[in-house]
Amino acid sequence: MRRLFPATLLVSAGAIGYELLLMRALSIVQWHHFAYMIISLALLGYGASGTFIALFKPQLEARFEAAFSTGALLFSITMVLCFALGQRVPFNALEMVWNSRQFAYLSLLYLLYFVPFFFAACCIGLAFTCRRRDISRIYFFDLLGAGLGAVLVIGLLFVLIPQNALLMLMTLPLIASLLMGIPSTARNPLMLAQVVWLALLIGGIPQNQLGLRVSEYKGLSQALQVVDSRVLSVASSPLGLITVVESPTVPVRYAPGLSFATRHIPPQQLAVFTDADSISAITRFHGDFESLAYLGDISAALPYTLLDGPDVLVLGAGGGADVLLALYHGANSVDAVELNPQMTELVRDTYAAFAGYVYDDPRVRVHTREARGFVAQSNATYDLIHIGLLDSFGASGAGVQSLNESYIYTVEAIRNYLGNTAPGGLLAITRWLKLPPRDSLKLVATAVDALELMGVSDPGKQLALIRSWNTSTLLVKNGAFTAEDISSIREFARARSFDTAWFPGIQAVDTNRFNRLDMPYLYEGTTALLGERAADYIERYKFYIAPATDDRPYYFHFFKWATLPEVIALRKQGGAGLIEWGYLVLIATLLQAIIAGLVLILVPLARISRNWPARTGLHMGAYFLLLGFAFLFIEMAFIQKFILFLSHPLYSVAVVLSGFLIFAGLGSAWSEHLARKCEARKLSPVVIAAGGIALLALLYLFLLPFIFQRFIGNSDPVRIIMSMALIAPLAFAMGLPFPLGLKHAAETAPDFIPWAWGINGYASVMSAVLATLLAIEFGFTFVILLALLVYAIAAALFTMLPARRESTAAV
Amino acid sequence: MRVLAAILLFVSVLALADDGNYTAARAAMVEELWLYAKFVDDADEARISKAVMASMNTVKRHELVPRSERRYAYENRPLPIGYGQTISQPYIVALMTQLIDVDADDVVLEVGTGSGYQAAILAELVGHVYSIEIIPALAIRAKQDLERLGYKNIITKLGDGYYGWEEHAPFDAIIVTAAASHVPPPLIDQLKPGGRMVIPVGERFMTQTLLLLEKTEKGEVISRQHGAVRFVPLTGEH
Repeated sequence: MRRLFPATLLVSAGAIGYELLLMRALSIVQWHHFAYMIISLALLGYGASGTFIALFKPQLEARFEAAFSTGALLFSITMVLCFALGQRVPFNALEMVWNSRQFAYLSLLYLLYFVPFFFAACCIGLAFTCRRRDISRIYFFDLLGAGLGAVLVIGLLFVLIPQNALLMLMTLPLIASLLMGIPSTARNPLMLAQVVWLALLIGGIPQNQLGLRVSEYKGLSQALQVVDSRVLSVASSPLGLITVVESPTVPVRYAPGLSFATRHIPPQQLAVFTDADSISAITRFHGDFESLAYLGDISAALPYTLLDGPDVLVLGAGGGADVLLALYHGANSVDAVELNPQMTELVRDTYAAFAGYVYDDPRVRVHTREARGFVAQSNATYDLIHIGLLDSFGASGAGVQSLNESYIYTVEAIRNYLGNTAPGGLLAITRWLKLPPRDSLKLVATAVDALELMGVSDPGKQLALIRSWNTSTLLVKNGAFTAEDISSIREFARARSFDTAWFPGIQAVDTNRFNRLDMPYLYEGTTALLGERAADYIERYKFYIAPATDDRPYYFHFFKWATLPEVIALRKQGGAGLIEWGYLVLIATLLQAIIAGLVLILVPLARISRNWPARTGLHMGAYFLLLGFAFLFIEMAFIQKFILFLSHPLYSVAVVLSGFLIFAGLGSAWSEHLARKCEARKLSPVVIAAGGIALLALLYLFLLPFIFQRFIGNSDPVRIIMSMALIAPLAFAMGLPFPLGLKHAAETAPDFIPWAWGINGYASVMSAVLATLLAIEFGFTFVILLALLVYAIAAALFTMLPARRESTAAV
Repeated sequence: MRVLAAILLFVSVLALADDGNYTAARAAMVEELWLYAKFVDDADEARISKAVMASMNTVKRHELVPRSERRYAYENRPLPIGYGQTISQPYIVALMTQLIDVDADDVVLEVGTGSGYQAAILAELVGHVYSIEIIPALAIRAKQDLERLGYKNIITKLGDGYYGWEEHAPFDAIIVTAAASHVPPPLIDQLKPGGRMVIPVGERFMTQTLLLLEKTEKGEVISRQHGAVRFVPLTGEH
């Protein structure tokens, strides 16, 4: 028995580690939104294992150690195997609009990555089912394993690239298999399999097959196709895989928004890709500012024409291009904020000579921090806060980011930025220009909202907007633009053939002159958004351009259902670029979750006898279904909400997921105690639990924005501990209703227990994706309030369940 | 010997039948493009000229796509050609060709040979096409394919398209087949006064707009950006 506890811990650690690792790997080979798919399919693994164990309980119980050991070994093997096979599925998200085969490939990926989680969950489920006497200790090791697994994989990702981290991770279930294999009845065949698997690993066969096969349409793959291009260095951390590419024959020349009228060409550059996309350039610089003359002719240079020797804050410094831009224009000081320390290291150390020691310039201070956190904590005021292009045009243009939370471009963010600009200072944001406009107009709407909330009566007087053929640069001034400012903006734009789209007093003749669009979209849009009928305009616009907020931080989400039929019909006439397909991937994921859950969890349960009192099935079924939805709604909303506080999606998933597991587990362990107390006082424990959940969740809805604002500037460990502390009481309360329901089922309808697990698991599989969809459509507040309503209905249902039998049945 | 002859005959009949199928599919594709061209312009005049359509009806797209994609060759959609590149949607190719408004004796530069399809379409319409590709494998493949199809007026090379092709400049028209972060200034220099340059803007598989630059006789650059399709972003407006 003593072997079981460490074995459980190892399998549990492996499972959560694998979940996080897959998210990381798929962010590199595909894009970030597969995170939701992985949470959903991990839950599918747990749900399907419950059904499997229920179906084969007698056989499995008789060979418990062998079954556990086999499950752990298969988990270890499939971790590697499915990872390698998944890399070979020719899924191309960009082609989904054209090719229905891609949906089949997506489903294949879903099923492939489900397999390892199924085996992991079988081990844990078997331990619970077959060793009921030690259930509380098994639970403890399961939860401890989950917490340790999250910490371990994040630690591993700091020192290893994902595929090597996988090889470390797969040893955990292998050790578990060895531990449980020794006392098992099938010791010899198991040992043989374990030895063969070990030999294969040591022989190096799988390692050769594990290399990440990045989508050939991502920026890094494209760059590496170019003649003579090569990777100079790779740095990996949980924050991203950074790849530096040199291309001597066809040099990298990254200068978005460069004027047609310019005579200046960018000097040699190194391309820096984060997660194989999001290009940023390190520009060769030898102290000779003449070589950077092109920086005077990009749209992002606009604010500098209004400022003399400004103090500048650059948010998202990347490869240092915007720091160079500031220095080129004679900035007095530059605070450069970059989240990823490895990115800073490239410019400051690895390629310092190439970059002209720009980060050693006495005017430059580099801060390795998250942008919102830095601004919230900073007391300094700046003449200019500059946010350049942080993403690639490809990603921006194709809707691949539509599910990305971005707390950089929200109403609250813009208010924070403006709070740190000096009187007369500027906030400048450059975005890729999509046509018909989406990003740019949404940014204008967001800025207008922020200004109005700050009490500005005429926001139009504080805005200016220009565009090149592929970028737009928005200025928001802390104060009204003067006639002199306006004259400078006009002259800057005219000299570079940029079009002005807004400045106070602009006329239609001032717009759409140099790079003519079918309509002066940005001018008309900005005018409408500043007018009295802005809400009507946003409503009638065929893309979603309502301001992004911290409650709905989906700046890149432009999808509207009403537009879908039209753009699908226009696809063959060259209108494919109008389709926001990232959102459609999420819908496809939801559909496959619904089908896969049904087939793998619920349908097989039909073989189990259904011997329970009338109406019990319906009531109990609804109860466990609702719990599955409500729990995941809150958990998923918290994962997305805490990205702001923990500064990166992976950190948020790791902390929130393990926090919920650990504290809900503790709550679950305490449920027995609560039940006894309530029984004595004739109270419904589920009503008490639901009341506690509602109270805490409502409290957090009000308090979290203030807590985040106040503590966002603290160090990582402090914020992680604070997050855990915040999650603890809520997760604890959320851990209560499920075991209370199970206890009731054990006493009234023991045959229903496998169904309870199955139905709850099925709801979780769906709601992991559904919660994201609802958050995008209606915001986190809505998702959390909906979850509370669902908890309330579940609590009401619980009180209506048939009373217990006198003689309690065994579970 | 007779058996061999019979096999040869059988194979060539099959090949001819196959070619016939492709011809019919190509004609059907062009019919579809005509519909869109008229529909979009909402007028009697089609948006794309007969000459461009004739060229679309001549070039064997199926010979320029990977074997695995041949059955889709005459569907009006982009297809993957390997190396992270695509062969553009035929409708976009027709539009881009139309936008540069070429004459029979024009000299055209193409930056990004890719499959060679756009170069072949142009070769049916102009005197000379010079095409540059930066991906070695694609450059070799397109050169071989275009030679095999008998295009004598297409000259290809592997290299950096950023600086154009100085020896053959200036050009009456330039087609850049994929947008970069900026329009290379040297390409603007190599455009003749009165010349046109077109660039598709957007992600592979999803063109958003077509950027058209015109160099006036005085050397000024005027640009226009069209949606490939008629789409009004506000409901209730046409």
